[in-house]
Amino acid sequence: MAIWFSRSRKIAHFLKPKIAPSEFLYKICSNYANSSSFRTLGGENCRNPQVFSDYSTTILAFRRRWWRPESTRAGEQVETPYSDDDYEDENQALDFPGGRVTFTPEMKFISEASDKRIPCYRVLGDDGHPISGSRYEQVDKETAVKMYKSMVILQIMDNIFYEAQRQGRISFYLTSLGEEAINIATAAALTLDDVILPQYREPGILLWRGFTLQEFANQCFGNNADYGKGRQMPIHYGSNKHNFFTISSPIATQLPQAAGVAYSLKMDKKEACVVAFTGDGGTSEGDFHAGLNFAAVLEAPVLFICRNNGWAISTPTSEQFRSDGVVVKGQAYGIRSIRVDGNDALAVYSTIRAAREMVIREQKPILVEALSYRVGHHSTSDDSTKYRPINEIEYWKTARNPLARFQKWVHKNGWWTDDDESELRGSIRKQLLTAIQVAEKTEKPPLAEMFSDVYSHLPSNLHEQEKSLRETIKRHRQDYPTDVPV
Amino acid sequence: MAAAVTQGIGATAALSSANSNKFQFTTRRSLSERKGSSFVIRSDGNPRVDLNQHSNRTRQLVTNAVSTKPDSASASTVSKPGHELLLFEALREGLEEEMDRDPHVCVIGEDVGHYGGSYKVTKGLADKYGDLRVLDTPIAENSFTGMAIGAAMTGLRPVVEGMNMGFLLLAFNQISNNCGMLHYTSGGQFKIPVVIRGPGGVGRQLGAEHSQRLESYFQSIPGIQMVACSTAYNAKGLMKAAIRSENPVILFEHVLLYNLKERIPDEEYVLNLEEAEMVRPGEHVTILTYSRMRYHVMQAAKTLVNKGYDPEVIDIRSLKPFDLYTIGNSVKKTHRVIIVEECMRTGGIGASLTASINENFHDYLDAPIVCLSSQDVPTPYAASLEEWTVVQPAQIVAAVEQLCQ
Repeated sequence: MAIWFSRSRKIAHFLKPKIAPSEFLYKICSNYANSSSFRTLGGENCRNPQVFSDYSTTILAFRRRWWRPESTRAGEQVETPYSDDDYEDENQALDFPGGRVTFTPEMKFISEASDKRIPCYRVLGDDGHPISGSRYEQVDKETAVKMYKSMVILQIMDNIFYEAQRQGRISFYLTSLGEEAINIATAAALTLDDVILPQYREPGILLWRGFTLQEFANQCFGNNADYGKGRQMPIHYGSNKHNFFTISSPIATQLPQAAGVAYSLKMDKKEACVVAFTGDGGTSEGDFHAGLNFAAVLEAPVLFICRNNGWAISTPTSEQFRSDGVVVKGQAYGIRSIRVDGNDALAVYSTIRAAREMVIREQKPILVEALSYRVGHHSTSDDSTKYRPINEIEYWKTARNPLARFQKWVHKNGWWTDDDESELRGSIRKQLLTAIQVAEKTEKPPLAEMFSDVYSHLPSNLHEQEKSLRETIKRHRQDYPTDVPV
Repeated sequence: MAAAVTQGIGATAALSSANSNKFQFTTRRSLSERKGSSFVIRSDGNPRVDLNQHSNRTRQLVTNAVSTKPDSASASTVSKPGHELLLFEALREGLEEEMDRDPHVCVIGEDVGHYGGSYKVTKGLADKYGDLRVLDTPIAENSFTGMAIGAAMTGLRPVVEGMNMGFLLLAFNQISNNCGMLHYTSGGQFKIPVVIRGPGGVGRQLGAEHSQRLESYFQSIPGIQMVACSTAYNAKGLMKAAIRSENPVILFEHVLLYNLKERIPDEEYVLNLEEAEMVRPGEHVTILTYSRMRYHVMQAAKTLVNKGYDPEVIDIRSLKPFDLYTIGNSVKKTHRVIIVEECMRTGGIGASLTASINENFHDYLDAPIVCLSSQDVPTPYAASLEEWTVVQPAQIVAAVEQLCQ
């Protein structure tokens, strides 16, 4: 449809006087409708050869379709290329910019809500058994064990760093508790070539891709070994070698960027896709609309994953949108979408595998809504007990815990034992504490890094400002922190 | 759409192997070459240029920020007769040359593809490079600017066209929070070599929303560079420099200057993004200006010369950062400064420039800096009112006369 319209725009330019396509068609229609020879026109005969000589066959085909005589002429049915199944007998159809629509004498409003909510795809039951009849992608032992271990590491890392913030050792932290399955299962289903545009609750992807605990700690402490050179808040990880874009705090700004990255991949013809994350709150941002619309129009291979965890700081989803969650928005943009149980690692894995394959093969975006629950507070600056009941949090932390569920499955397959569990937890905890100690002791980035990378090369004004700052520090050495190298 | 995409890929593939032989000349401009290492300009105006004496990089046409011969920065010294064209065609020529040279350069914007752009700057490019490299987008400035940033972070060099600079206010979030910042916050891991360009300034009765001077709003964003072109010659040169720059650059064009005709050299040339242009050397007063106001100033200069004054006119071109070397030398010579701009009085480029000159060259001034700018009003639609919101040559003449008493 879009092709036709863009071509018809060009063709409209040929014609004199210049008229808009819909106008054009309508004019022809009215001309012919008034002519007494109308009813003999149908199919081919309606064309004016001169006018249409420049048209492609697509346009011709359209014209033919359009000239199907209508039911106003009862009994005068001229043969048409269409079967009558295409529209109801009483209905007529009209071409508008954007394509053909049938019209109806009934004034019917589309309901704002359907009777049933879109169901979510789930594989594992709460007991760790696959639900009967469920279809999913098989996960081998190695992958499954790595997945489970990573979920455990993520959980422990979150807890320990959160504690570290509470102890005043780092300034800020943000956990992904409750969303470990989304993090890890997604990461496991992708390849290293897939570019990740995270929101901020997806460190599990970096973890899966080999980011070490020390590297996480370095970023949180903002020391000299941090890839971000200490310039961003904790948890704003970024690593080009892991194809993980540096996190930018404003919500949803990465969504329009996803189309650009996909554009890049398309130019390079890479067998990879872009994966852009957002939360339920992020879907209210204008960038969500813009990003999805763009990806759809430009046919960008982007996999949009919305982590609908029920809360945007203190705003529950009932106050965030009135639609049936996020999955229904996909169709509004012409994007295929699916809703999945985000706490079910196998379901998420299967979904992302399938979605990724479709995205790359068809070069079209797909929207995945992963339902979950934000077990932790929004961040260390938040106390969620102020706006939600504690027993609700406890329920999701225990009964609906994604780790427990997946663990049951892995355990049942004989791939994981309780000993493995305690050994892993003990070892990771030790590693994390060591990493924190090392990170804490590592020097902070030197003063020069305050001015570098603003531009590709240090411009004169910044050089001036750096000089001025150094002079100030020299004069007031005692007021300058001692642990920051000059 | 599928057809368009295939065509795009085909064109790109063809180009990556192509080697445009047309543009392998060197420039005759005698500006020293720089590899791209940092240079230093002290506030007292003395340059200390790190001339990187690497090989005869005749193909690297990025010139030094500091001209060792300030005068040569002025008129185009051409060896050959050159060719005549209009400013918007010069922009296109620059864009086309860069797209030939580097297959990563692409254009993104509304109606830039087959429509050729609202001001015809990208006319013909979609046919030549395909729908993918000259990309039409839906109407969402924030979106396509964000898209350009994402593309830049993964290796492309997008040129974003805002149909009118005013619309880029919708992209302010992406420009400020991401474009200017991500290179820094990622620790240098991701670079953002985008060029954001579009027409701005007061046109002929385009109304308040289409007469914005966005350089005022963007000047504070760290991490971006801003340049304003005013002639066909510098339009092409700045376009090429902006595309080659590793930093995000905002190129301000002016709606009323697109049809300026000029003869420009045939050989390839690239101008320096941080350099000001000496339009008319003089002795009595330094007039700093840029973009369309340059022409009002030159018109006033004619009158002033007849009255016996000798104004030095400098087109500052680089709005961020200012070329304090050229400006400083001029101030030291004339000791009087008038800034003529189209921005509003409050918070405009003139305001920053005034502060900057006062800070750095206070001792050399014999009189306070005079800044002629537009009033702090939305641009009226009525032609008579619109005319008086923009600084006119008569005002410039009067200001010079008063300053030089």
